[in-house]
This record gives sequence, structure tokens and C-alpha cells, in this order.
Amino acid sequence: MTAQTGKTVLEVRGLSVAFPGRKGETTAISNVSFDLNLGQTTCFVGESGSGKSVTARAVLNIVEPAVIKAGAINLVDVEAGQRIELSGLNPDGAEIRAVRGARIAMIFQEPMSSLSPVHTIGEQIIEGIMLHQDVDTATARDRAIKALRAVQIKNPEDAIDRYPFEYSGGMRQRAMIAMALGCEPDILIADEPTTALDVTTQAEILKLLKGLQESHGMAVMFITHDMGVVAEIADQVVVMLHGSVVETGAVDQVFHAPVHAYTKKLLKASMGLDEAAHGRGAASSDEILIETHNLSLAFPSKKKLLRKPGSGVQALDEVSVELRRGEILGIVGESGSGKTTLARVLMGRFQPQFGEAIYHTRDGVAKDLNDPATFRDGQVYREMRMIFQDPYGSLNPRMTVQQIIGEPLLVNGLLKGAALRDRVGELLERVGLPASAMERYPHAFSGGQRQRIGIARAIALDPRVIIADEATSALDGSIRAQILDLLLDLRSELDLSILFIAHDIGVVRYFCDRVAVMHKGRVVETGTAVQICDAPQDPYTQRLISAVPIPDPRKRHLVA
Amino acid sequence: MLNYLARRLVTMILTLLALSVVVFVVIQLPPGDFVTSYIASLSAAGESVDQETIIALRDRYKLDSPVLVQYAAWLSDILRGDFGYSFEMQRPVSEIFSQRIGISLAVELTAVIVMWAVSIPIGIYSAVNQYSVGDYIATILGFLGLAIPNFLFALVLMYVCYNWFGVTITGLFSAEYMNARWSVDRFLDFASHVWAPILVISTAGAAQLVRVLRANLLDELNKPYVLTARAKGLTKRRLIWRYPVRVAMNPLVSTIGWVLPTVISSSFVTAIVLNLPTLSPILLRALLSQDMYLAGALIMFMGLLTLVGTLISDLLLAWIDPRIRLGMVGAT
Repeated sequence: MTAQTGKTVLEVRGLSVAFPGRKGETTAISNVSFDLNLGQTTCFVGESGSGKSVTARAVLNIVEPAVIKAGAINLVDVEAGQRIELSGLNPDGAEIRAVRGARIAMIFQEPMSSLSPVHTIGEQIIEGIMLHQDVDTATARDRAIKALRAVQIKNPEDAIDRYPFEYSGGMRQRAMIAMALGCEPDILIADEPTTALDVTTQAEILKLLKGLQESHGMAVMFITHDMGVVAEIADQVVVMLHGSVVETGAVDQVFHAPVHAYTKKLLKASMGLDEAAHGRGAASSDEILIETHNLSLAFPSKKKLLRKPGSGVQALDEVSVELRRGEILGIVGESGSGKTTLARVLMGRFQPQFGEAIYHTRDGVAKDLNDPATFRDGQVYREMRMIFQDPYGSLNPRMTVQQIIGEPLLVNGLLKGAALRDRVGELLERVGLPASAMERYPHAFSGGQRQRIGIARAIALDPRVIIADEATSALDGSIRAQILDLLLDLRSELDLSILFIAHDIGVVRYFCDRVAVMHKGRVVETGTAVQICDAPQDPYTQRLISAVPIPDPRKRHLVA
Repeated sequence: MLNYLARRLVTMILTLLALSVVVFVVIQLPPGDFVTSYIASLSAAGESVDQETIIALRDRYKLDSPVLVQYAAWLSDILRGDFGYSFEMQRPVSEIFSQRIGISLAVELTAVIVMWAVSIPIGIYSAVNQYSVGDYIATILGFLGLAIPNFLFALVLMYVCYNWFGVTITGLFSAEYMNARWSVDRFLDFASHVWAPILVISTAGAAQLVRVLRANLLDELNKPYVLTARAKGLTKRRLIWRYPVRVAMNPLVSTIGWVLPTVISSSFVTAIVLNLPTLSPILLRALLSQDMYLAGALIMFMGLLTLVGTLISDLLLAWIDPRIRLGMVGAT
């Protein structure tokens, strides 16, 4: 750490940003004040829409189409003792451009879409270096390689000429960080940089950021909605709600002596996931609904243009699981572990090469899920329904909610006309939405409400099994808890069995009865949720569990 | 890359062969064969044909042999550059072709280039300054360009030029240069005529391209990588050209494949109104008068253009987009 640690490098006072519109302005943030200090991490928490990202973008003066209405953003040059006021500068002017990338750099949530798909990683890093530093291409390239090495990318000399889509998610985020740090900025703004990553990758990136912060002595503005991450890395915490700062303080104080009610609510929602839900485990019986034995499925590698085909991917490797009546079985693993492939095999999307998958119907008939013909009469689809990850992409934007929820009833010829309408209203109320919502289109609803619509669609046919593929991954903390509680209620009311696919092992203890941990297409460990979370046996499970951030700054274990 | 090219060329040849079968069937479709039509057209003109010529012709086109032999003879003639005989125009098809193909390609290629040169800057301006005055003007002009039929535009242009400026803009050459050899004067004369058809042909296409580019670019401008580039401190101008425009060009580049054949087949109304000595009016005439060898040769030619165009657009796409180059689909 440098001698400057702790000195204030950015002062934001009374910042307000508004979106102009035909019917007057919409305020995005109002009267936001905070400081960023060199060598320290300030975490911004709050749910989506609370104005965290707008605040971050306002610091760089990139808020179009919104405008900064009031307030001051003072960037302090600690060594020279000068300060620049950023909020009044022309957003396209030379002064602010000299600050962007050079003194304040930013990294984003989606490392794939945040990097240009048609330029190599190297081109994108070198561009930034040459923009702010007076060096030739060869020197800039050397610096870019150095930056890639600093973020622990293997073979940086080779990796520099690769394209973003040839990198894994974690590597892309490392490359983003290398790009941001290419000019050694004083301030790094990180907007949900680990939200799209697996827990183990998240732990690695957090560790990397902490290490880089110590060696560079920079201030980090870290935006997240995960209180666990906050507890791991924050020095200061700023809690935002509806565009305003409701609480600011040192991390220990915010976690152990929160003042504002909203902060307490956030903490409760994140702690709650550490406990098992109430009144569960009673319902499950010995009746088996779905069983698989030694399912194996290999995808041949794509025959690439101009390249020799490599060896294929073993998506499923002798997977044996069983879903019992009334239970919630969690399938947990990182992306690429084969958990979604397993769900798709059960839904008849893929046919495995070996093994068997059996579904026992309501009338006690065993159906072979490996045979495409099984699905033709639609019975399996009526009894096994899916909920998807993306509440935005999984609802047709051109259909009303009534059409969306009513469609499975209609195509199966069960209900129509007024009866259909009544049933849709009933389903909406069951998932906690007003029946009047059926007239509206999906865009009128928030992410959590859309996921409720997806659930209403799934239970419309009175199914026995629900396959929830990352159904809560796209949701914020407290909304996620609400959706999980809804599914728990529905399970006991409707006698459902749920196959819950998740990469977030944090929700497993709260939600699941039993868990199967998948890694590289294999089930490495199966057990009850408590057993997996408290006493994992397999080394991979142990690694996975230990990578979960704990929402208590006194129990830091990831970056220390 | 060479491997890929070779494979593409082989598929192209096979596609052309398949097309030739279709064309041959089309040629065979009218009742009677080519020589009976020929005799009919001659006797309609009041001439008589002696028996020896008929036999010579029947023999030359193998009309009394089985269909497959006829096809083989026709195909081998084509490979030698003999596309058959146009009884409507009373000249070999290859002769008509060689007369018109140069001019035709010159006019239509220039129209395509003008189309692109005009529409790309306008499209980018429109997207970057969405809902500005300039965008509205471009949008209105674009819809006008799309909505006004080419022949009407050509007629209005002719009227305006003749009435107000006393200039006739039909044809591509003044009378004195019509059959002259190419010289600087003849080229200047050509240039003074050719702007009108190019203007007419390119407006509609350009308007369409502006709309497509504007829509694509509007999507790309909201992508997070644009924000990343801004956060780097790039100037707006450099940023837009370097990042979103490059990605937004993909759908445009993939239209190169059929842009030339489309221009040729859609410009025939313009060509007739403006009396242009290009290929497209001939195609219409050939089809109307069942001049099957001429029509067949034109269809083969347009098929070839489509195939070459598609190859060019695929190569260009591979060049500008590494995701396509590395054989990966669907990454955004």
C-alpha cells in the first residue's frame, strides 16, 4: 500500500440526475453524497432500479439521455493537490475524456457484451493505453501483456490476440480489469462485476481485485446487490433506495449496527438464506417420480471452419439422480457442469447416448424419457413443467399475460372462453398478482413479477413436477427470497416436486431438501441440503461451499 | 482459407449445373422446338426457309436426338460461349450479350456503389442523432424514395430536364456517339446521360439501406461495449465508427449477394422508360416473346451473379467479423 492510503480522491456532494421526458423529468438519483478514498473499497448496495449504476455513470459523466441536474463531483489529484469538478464538463469534451480511462476506469457486469465482439482483447486494451499515454504501438502492446499478466491470464503473449468469445466468463472479466487498469487509474468503478459469474470464479475475481487494489493503492467503487460480497470486500458501505442514499457507514457498523429500516431488511434477506426454511422436509415420500441411471451424453465438437475438429464435450457422464414425490432436489454446479443439459434430456430436448431416464406418471405408467415418441401425446409435458432463468426472454412481449398463462390450457384443449379467463385470474392470484394483471403485457412488470407470471404459466396445467432452471438467478436478494417462498408454498399446496437447477449454492440450504452437486458432467456428491452445506465430502463441493461469501464482515474468508 | 475457397467454388459449379438443368427445362417448355418457332417467325415475316437449312439447324441443335443428348449439346455449346440463337432479334445470343453486358454492369454497379456511399453516412447520422431534425429529414426522404415508383421518378425527371433545362436524358449516348468508338468525348457524353438512371435506380435501394442501417445501429448503440469504449475516453466519432458501426454493417454486407441480380431485374421499368441499352429490358422482351435461348442465358447469368455475390459477401463477412471467421455462430 502506498502512503496515500485513506486520502479522499473523489468527493460527491448533492448529486442529482434526471431523465428528461415528454411528461416532465423522472428523477434517477437525488442528493447523493459520498467520498471515495485511495486504497479503500466503497460498496454501493441496493436493489435494481435504486440508482447505483446511474451514480457510477454520473461519476464518469456518461448518463445520456439523462442529465446531471445538480451537485458537484470533485476529483482530487492527491499528489498535486488540484481538484477538477467533473459534473459541469461537456460530456464529449476533451477534459472529461482525459479523465475517463486514465484516472477513473470502469468495469461492468456482463464481460461478454461489454467487450467488442469484433476486436481482439489486445486491440481493446492497447487502444486505451495509446489514448492516454504517449507511447508507440510496441510499447503499448508490452504494457497490455503486462496488464494481462497482472490479472493472472495464462500465456498473455498468446491471449492478447484472441477474441472475447474465445475466453471463458471469468477470463473475460479479468481482461476487462486488465483493460481498466492499463492506465493505472486512481479510481476503479466496478458495476456488479461478479454477478454473472459462478461462485468460485467470483471468489477468484474478488481476490484479484483486492490484490490489485493493494498494489496500486486505488479507490474502488463496487456496486453489488449481494450482501455477502459487501461483507467480504467493503471498507465503507453506501446503501441506496429509490435513488437516494439511506445509510452510509463503515462496513462493520452497517452490518452490526444498521440504522435504517431498509438496511435491516436487506441484511435479513441475505442472512435468511443461511437458515433452512420453516416447516419443510415433512412432505417428501418414497415415491419416485423421475429417475435416471448412468445417463451419458457427449456433444461432438462443432466442425469449425478452417480448423480441425477437436474432441467433443462430455455434457453428461453417468448421471444418476432421482426425484421423489414432494421433495425439492437441487442440482448445483458451475456453468458448463451439465445441469441444464440434464434438464433438457428430461424434457426430451436431447437424447442421451447411454443410460436411462424414467418418469412415473400420475397413473403409474413408467415413461421412457429417452424416446422422443414418449413426448408426442403431451402427457409428460402436462405433468412436467419448466420455469426459466430469464424472466425477460421467456415471456413473449407481444402476448398479454392472459394469453401467456392461458396458452398451455388452450393448446391442450382444456379450457376456453370465460372459464379460461377465470382460471388465469385464479392462477395470477395464487402467485401473488392481481387478477387484473391479465390484460397487460409483460413489459409492464418488474423482473420478480415476470417470474411470478412464468410460475403461473408452469402451474396452469396442475403439474406434478416443476423443473426450475436457474429460476431465481436473475433476481435481487429480497425478491429472490420472495420467489423461493412462493415456490415453497405452492409445493405444499399443490403437491409439487421441484427439480431446482442453480449455480448459487447459497440458496440451496434455504430451499432444497436434497442436493446433487455436478461438476464437468458428473454428479460428484448427493445428499441432504444440510449435509452438503455443513459437511461436504467431495473436494469439489468443499471448494464450492467455501467460495460462498458470508454476509458478515467479521467472518471474511475469501479475500483475507 | 484456400481450402474453404476451393470448397465454395466446387459447390458453386454444382449449383450452376443444377441451375442449367432448370434453365434447359424452361427452354424446352414452349410447344414445338426451337426450329419450328424459328420457321414460324420467319414465315410470319413473309420469308420462306429452304429444307436444307432446316435440316442443318435440326442437326446442329441435335433436335432429333434424346433430351439428354440435347442437354449435353446445349451445355457444351454454352461452355464454348455459344448461348444459342435469338429468333426474336435474329442474332446469336452471345452477340446481344457482349453488346450490352459492359454497359449494363457499368450502370448497375455504379448505382450500387452510389447507393452504399449515400446510405451509409446518412444511416449513421440518423441513428446517432435519433429524432433530430436531420434524422426526420432523412426519414421523410427515405420514405419518399421507397414510396415513389421508379418509373414515375424517371418520368418526372425526364419532364423536368426537358421542360426546364431543355435536356433529353433518355438513352446513354447522344446520337452522334451511339456507335462511335470509346474516346474522352464519348465518355463525357456517357457521363452526362448516365447520372439519371443511376439516380433513379439508387434512390429506392439507398432509402432501404438507410432504414436497415439505422435500425441495426440503434440496437448496437445501446450495447454495453459502447459504454466501455466511452469509459475509456474515446471521442464519440472514433468510438462510433470503430465499434457499433462495424457490428451494424454485418446485415448490410450479407445483402451484397443478391443486390446485383435484384438491381438488374428490378431496374427494367426504369431501363424501358429511359430507353437504356442494358440487359434488363431484353430479359423482359425475351420472356414476353418466348425467346427461350435468350431468356435462358439471362437467367444463367443472373444465377452466376447471385453465386459470385454471395461468395463475395461471405468472404467480406468473414473478414470483418471474427466470430464468423472462426466458425462460431450466435455469440453477441
